[in-house]
Amino acid sequence: MANVTLRDVRKTYPSGFEAIKGIDFDVADGQFCVLVGPSGCGKSTLLRMVAGLETITGGEIDIGGRIVNQVEPAERDIAMVFQNYALYPHMSVYNNMAYGLRNRGMPKPEIDTRVQEAARILELGSMLERKPGQLSGGQRQRVAMGRAIVRQPKVFLFDEPLSNLDAKLRIAMRVEIRKLQRRLKTTSIYVTHDQLEAMTLADMLVVMNGGAVEQIGNPLEIYQKPATTFVASFIGAPPMNLMPLRSDEISAQLNGDGRVAGEAGLLGIRPEDFLISSEAVTGGIALELTVEAIERVGAETFIYGARKNSPQALAANPGELSPGDVIVRIPGVEAPAIGAKIRAIAPREKLHLFSADGRKRIDL
Amino acid sequence: MVEHRRFGNLLPHLVLLAGVAIVAFPVYLAITASTHDNSVIANGQMPLYPGSHGLDTYWQTIVSGTGRTTRQPVGSMMLNSLIMALGITAGKIAISIISAYAIVFFAFPFRMTAFWFIFITLMLPVEVRIFPTYKITSDLGMLDSYSGLILPLIASATATLLFRQFFMTVPKELVEASKIDGAGPIRFFWDTLLPLSVTNIAALFVILFIYGWNQYLWPLLITTRDDMQTVVIGIKKIIDVHDALTEWSVAMATAVLAMLPPVAVVVLMQRLFVKGLIETEK
Amino acid sequence: MENRAIFSGKLLPYLLILPQVAISLIFFYWPALQALQQSFLVQDAFGLSTEFVWFENYVNLLKTPEYYQAIGVTFLFSALVVFFSMSLGLLLAAMANHNIAGVQIYRTFLIVPYAVAPAVASVLFIFMFQPGLGMIARAMQRSGIDWNPVLNGTHAMILVVIVAVWNQISYNFLFFLAGLQAIPKSVIEAAAIDGAKPMRRFWTIVFPLLSPTTFFLIIVNITYVFFNTLGIIDTATGGGPNGATQTLVYKVFQDGKAGADLGGSAAQSVILMIIVVALTAFQFRYVEKKVHY
Repeated sequence: MANVTLRDVRKTYPSGFEAIKGIDFDVADGQFCVLVGPSGCGKSTLLRMVAGLETITGGEIDIGGRIVNQVEPAERDIAMVFQNYALYPHMSVYNNMAYGLRNRGMPKPEIDTRVQEAARILELGSMLERKPGQLSGGQRQRVAMGRAIVRQPKVFLFDEPLSNLDAKLRIAMRVEIRKLQRRLKTTSIYVTHDQLEAMTLADMLVVMNGGAVEQIGNPLEIYQKPATTFVASFIGAPPMNLMPLRSDEISAQLNGDGRVAGEAGLLGIRPEDFLISSEAVTGGIALELTVEAIERVGAETFIYGARKNSPQALAANPGELSPGDVIVRIPGVEAPAIGAKIRAIAPREKLHLFSADGRKRIDL
Repeated sequence: MVEHRRFGNLLPHLVLLAGVAIVAFPVYLAITASTHDNSVIANGQMPLYPGSHGLDTYWQTIVSGTGRTTRQPVGSMMLNSLIMALGITAGKIAISIISAYAIVFFAFPFRMTAFWFIFITLMLPVEVRIFPTYKITSDLGMLDSYSGLILPLIASATATLLFRQFFMTVPKELVEASKIDGAGPIRFFWDTLLPLSVTNIAALFVILFIYGWNQYLWPLLITTRDDMQTVVIGIKKIIDVHDALTEWSVAMATAVLAMLPPVAVVVLMQRLFVKGLIETEK
Repeated sequence: MENRAIFSGKLLPYLLILPQVAISLIFFYWPALQALQQSFLVQDAFGLSTEFVWFENYVNLLKTPEYYQAIGVTFLFSALVVFFSMSLGLLLAAMANHNIAGVQIYRTFLIVPYAVAPAVASVLFIFMFQPGLGMIARAMQRSGIDWNPVLNGTHAMILVVIVAVWNQISYNFLFFLAGLQAIPKSVIEAAAIDGAKPMRRFWTIVFPLLSPTTFFLIIVNITYVFFNTLGIIDTATGGGPNGATQTLVYKVFQDGKAGADLGGSAAQSVILMIIVVALTAFQFRYVEKKVHY
């Protein structure tokens, strides 16, 4: 049982490259913290620093009240589940799980109890004598988790454990991991690049980009009040629509609000916050769109519409929207035809406003 | 090593340095000895650093021979070694690559038989058939000749297996494209397969050159004339005289010369060598 | 090989394999068969007539103490080289695997012994170990050890073992290094997190995972001792003293040179052929098992 606290943690490589740029956060005891961000943002590096597999060039990492900067991984009382499981290929499932306990000199009967218990929880009982080579991906994953839980460590660390599984298995395992963590109440830090995984698993979400933290909060907070355009477009799929404020159409509509009118800045609206309607909307936004493309996914439909007079490039966001297109989500399968003109409205409370550089959220 | 101890990197360096010292010492000693006057060595007073006699000794060794122990200058022995080594290397590569080509890219009766026929020669190093092979070489009149030195050693299977393994990884689309382009088997071999095989050939070159240059038993048996000796055999003759009479400076110079080409090849083509070594043993 | 795009050609493939098949036939199979045939014959003292004697040559061989001595020498030699050369190779490879600076330079030095002919390596060591002349020999005399490989069989064996170990270090080093590098780093990290200190990690995780490489190298080292040490023995000890360093292959060589017993010499060769076949078969069986996962 322990919390994990990071204080101004930094990592700079000998070449001068600053991989981690001063990160602070605190994971409370028993919480499930997810580090999410695009490839190269430093999340895995940070996790490995908590594990002790990477050195720390600045700041402090504190596990359960003890500063562990100089402490070797084996002494930190942590357990880690690797992306490729890293099981010991020459040992049986039983021995894979027992290895850590044997290294610590635990007596055999107690080892057996713990291993059997973990095997029961993870439904590995029938596979204890098999070797990893004889198991499927999902089974190996469970063995990797079994290896972690028999140790009853202070902290679980997960390094993208589901990335190597196929989509269906991923969803099933996601639920299992969450249930397991709730049951064991062990502080956990989980790294993923998949924002959906992040949203569904986290008690506490840390969105990272370029070695720094963009936002920390619980998933709903982050979804509903993203602090930067990066977070706004990274979390939530399809991504939030971002449009420059300077376009006349928009600033005219928001007129009356001193902060907003005529300013440079970015306006964000999530696809699901739009309604197709011809009603008037005070203080909100109404966009005239020409339908360019339609995507039906069964339960809902996404409409890609071009704004009139709209060749202004939208704010850059993590690679999803082609400039000029606005995505609107409507439930069900009824959708306007391609080429049709529609009017999409969004009320004021659903609008997100950001500074022109995208780094600040402005409250409306 | 996962741990990040401050002196963690010291131990590997120390051990490796010790290893290198042990490995390099005999070679260093030989080089040093070859630069000292023989009497200093015979007295047991040779210092550990090189001396000034190098030029003399090497000149004597390579060019003029020493009259007493060798009647043959090492220079001509080096030439013999070179011819033998290059002959074996070129020979082995040539006949192996075409055999592998036939086995992989052609369907013909007895194909698998031919493969096993060649493969089994892997199990027949010259050491297990010394005298019968000698007799045949003699019957063919190839004693004391370059062809006798080279031919009996060029048919072993390692190179063939390596090429076969490599050829099997060539995508069949390449062959099909060639055929469509109107290339016959020989064209395909020259224009496509051979260029693709260059790295493998280079890697094999290193291994086979060393193998050829360092041959001992076979040249020993079939050469009796002094002028056909290779340098690796020549060494034995230099120290064969009872040690009081051995000219150690010359012996060491000969040893250095005998080591030079294969070591140079290995060091200069290191990467290829390591790759080739690991590939051939799979 | 079934899906290979194939050329049709009636004559060409045969032409292509002809050189290798021809040479194999003339210089490999024919002599091998000759040896086999000769092993069943006994020549009279004048070499005039031969008599077919079934396995008599083999039986006689197994009755001569020198043959057993040669077997013993060969096995002892192999065991020592396997143990020492592989241990050193493994140690150096383990150190080189630490991701330290300058690995390339170390490797460059460590592959030199491979390129040196066994006979030449032998000369290098003779220079150091020759009683009365060699540096190390004299140092041993000074400390009271009566070093004399000419008279003392054990000393002679030690000498040739040292040369062979030196000669084979490169090969063992390179293959162990490759084997070590094939172990995923994450498995080592997992073991570290699981509380295994470096030594424990090495013996419980790394070494077991190296076993295919280890088996392979054992066979290679044995093969080396059996067949490639003739140059060493011939230059350093001549098989002596009293057969203390006479391996099976060297015995064939010496007996053949003496020329007395063709049948016996041939029988020895045939036995050696059987041993090679066994070793090669073993090697190929184990190479199959290279991958663990």
